[in-house]
Amino acid sequence: MKAVVWHGTGDVRVERVPDPKILNPRDAIIKVTTTAICGSDLHLNDGFIPTMQSGDILGHEFMGEVVEVGRDNTALRVGDRVVVPFTIACGRCFFCQKQLWSLCDNSNPNAWMAESLYGFSGSGLFGYSHMMGGYAGGQAQYVRVPFADVGPVTIPEGLSDEQVLFLSDIFPTGFMAAENCDIQRGDTIAVFGCGPVGQFAIKSAYLLGAERVIAIDSVPERLRLAIVEGKAEVINHEQEDVFERLRAMTGGRGPDACIDAVGLEAHGTSLDAYLDKAKTAAYLATDRPSALRRAIHACRKGGIVSIPGVYGGFLDKIPFGAAFAKGLTFRMGQTHVMKYLRPLLALIERGDIDPSFVITHRLPMDDAPKAYQMFRDKQDECIKVVLKPHAETVH
Amino acid sequence: MYTESTIADFERWACALGGAALAVYGTRRAVRERSVGGAMVAAAGGSLIARAGMQAFGRETDTREALAGPRGVLLDEAVTVNRPPDELFLYWRNFEMLPCFMQNLQSVRQLDSCRSHWVAKGPAGRSVEWDAEIINEIPNELIGWRTVGDADVVSAGSVRFTPVPNRGTEVRVRMQYAPPGGKVGAAVAWLLGSEPSQTIREDLRRFKQIMEAGEIPTTAGQPRGR
Repeated sequence: MKAVVWHGTGDVRVERVPDPKILNPRDAIIKVTTTAICGSDLHLNDGFIPTMQSGDILGHEFMGEVVEVGRDNTALRVGDRVVVPFTIACGRCFFCQKQLWSLCDNSNPNAWMAESLYGFSGSGLFGYSHMMGGYAGGQAQYVRVPFADVGPVTIPEGLSDEQVLFLSDIFPTGFMAAENCDIQRGDTIAVFGCGPVGQFAIKSAYLLGAERVIAIDSVPERLRLAIVEGKAEVINHEQEDVFERLRAMTGGRGPDACIDAVGLEAHGTSLDAYLDKAKTAAYLATDRPSALRRAIHACRKGGIVSIPGVYGGFLDKIPFGAAFAKGLTFRMGQTHVMKYLRPLLALIERGDIDPSFVITHRLPMDDAPKAYQMFRDKQDECIKVVLKPHAETVH
Repeated sequence: MYTESTIADFERWACALGGAALAVYGTRRAVRERSVGGAMVAAAGGSLIARAGMQAFGRETDTREALAGPRGVLLDEAVTVNRPPDELFLYWRNFEMLPCFMQNLQSVRQLDSCRSHWVAKGPAGRSVEWDAEIINEIPNELIGWRTVGDADVVSAGSVRFTPVPNRGTEVRVRMQYAPPGGKVGAAVAWLLGSEPSQTIREDLRRFKQIMEAGEIPTTAGQPRGR
């Protein structure tokens, strides 16, 4: 089969590789019909997440058709059309039973690696470095799904791939980010970063009852999407002082919760952002947390900082004094996708949301290297790319 | 099926159990020149096997003699499994299933209700064999064992199953082994100390995975690029 393979920082290729096989009794094999490139694929591609190896197959947002099931998998049948969560979970450990699916005890074969860095290991993830399990990803024509009797959700007829694909990650991720804000009547939510997760966080905040959502970015087409689709008010952080604007817009209170939908590769233009860039380039720091710093600084007293953006290592110059002085609450982590699949699918079926609004580019998987570059450099107003693994051309 | 696991090859707990000393043996010369002072550190107390149980059987003195007192290497690892103690006890007590999660154990054959014959992958591709006997057993709670006969290493161990509210069962393995070669052997065991411990931890993790998830996660055999 063909797959998108990582060979080193910025070196992504489409290659022929062996087809996947059933390896464990609860597995399934999926023929991938649509897959997407995620912002965290960019972090992986850019070498920010440790323990990637040359030859790793990328991709954790994918869906398709079940073509084979393991002998202990009674939940799926050949021919089922499913969306697969990017988190892999056994469904039976303490964490799964508490709906903390992305913290599953039993799905990371390389748990010891994550333990050595983080103390304890989260769940395995598709195509997301060896520390996170080293599972082959879904930017491929076929993919093996472990514990496939737990994760994949069957899609009813009448919904297109593009409408449901983002249940795999970014829609639940944006939704969980908003849910973590404990939104009360009258709340104003600030969303830092208007990439795809930020866009879903904006919509989710309104769905959960936010009074106002203020979105912050510097890329014109992303701000435009936040206004047109998200109905958000926006701040361009290259043109305005974010803290002063947020303060002014909230009558001097500050936002009730701030969502950092940027993560470790922030592209700020402030002094600290340039310092971060220099330090990470020189391997003096692991992450560039300028969005997180802004979010902490801007948040109102007693507010919540919700972090769907990915961080990998040791963060520098976090204004912890501000967080402490204001009594902030932090909520974060990989998304517990399984918790949100069915409720969010119901929203899509009812027509309350059509997640395909974030898609700007549709390409055959053969064009993945070009697509990665375009997405990273935000060329051609690129916000979200979906790939077709079995197509020569996409119309 | 479960033994196909391909997680990186650590030191082996099977060796620790009975044959660790053979690995140790091989490197003995290499370390002979080094200082062995303080190597006995690891010896740490003779509280190896669940003491209460031992006393119940009145065998504590025997084991201590067998191990020549508080010598050797003491290992202590635990894992919490989200299943009731009786289920875990039942699986573990059937020693012939142990190779499913003890990566370097090849087979265990039950000789009678107390004695069993163990075969492990030893150093340099050789297999290592020994007999063991159960010296203590409290159903759903504790199993204690030690090696018998001409084992190359004298060892004893226990596994204890303790229920914890809303968390399942804490499974705690304690092992002590006294390799041959006296001080030198102990020195090597001490030098290798962290690895048997990591080995037991990974074996316990696999035990948890089988008991909770019904399978051991793996990526062995999946496709990858060139």
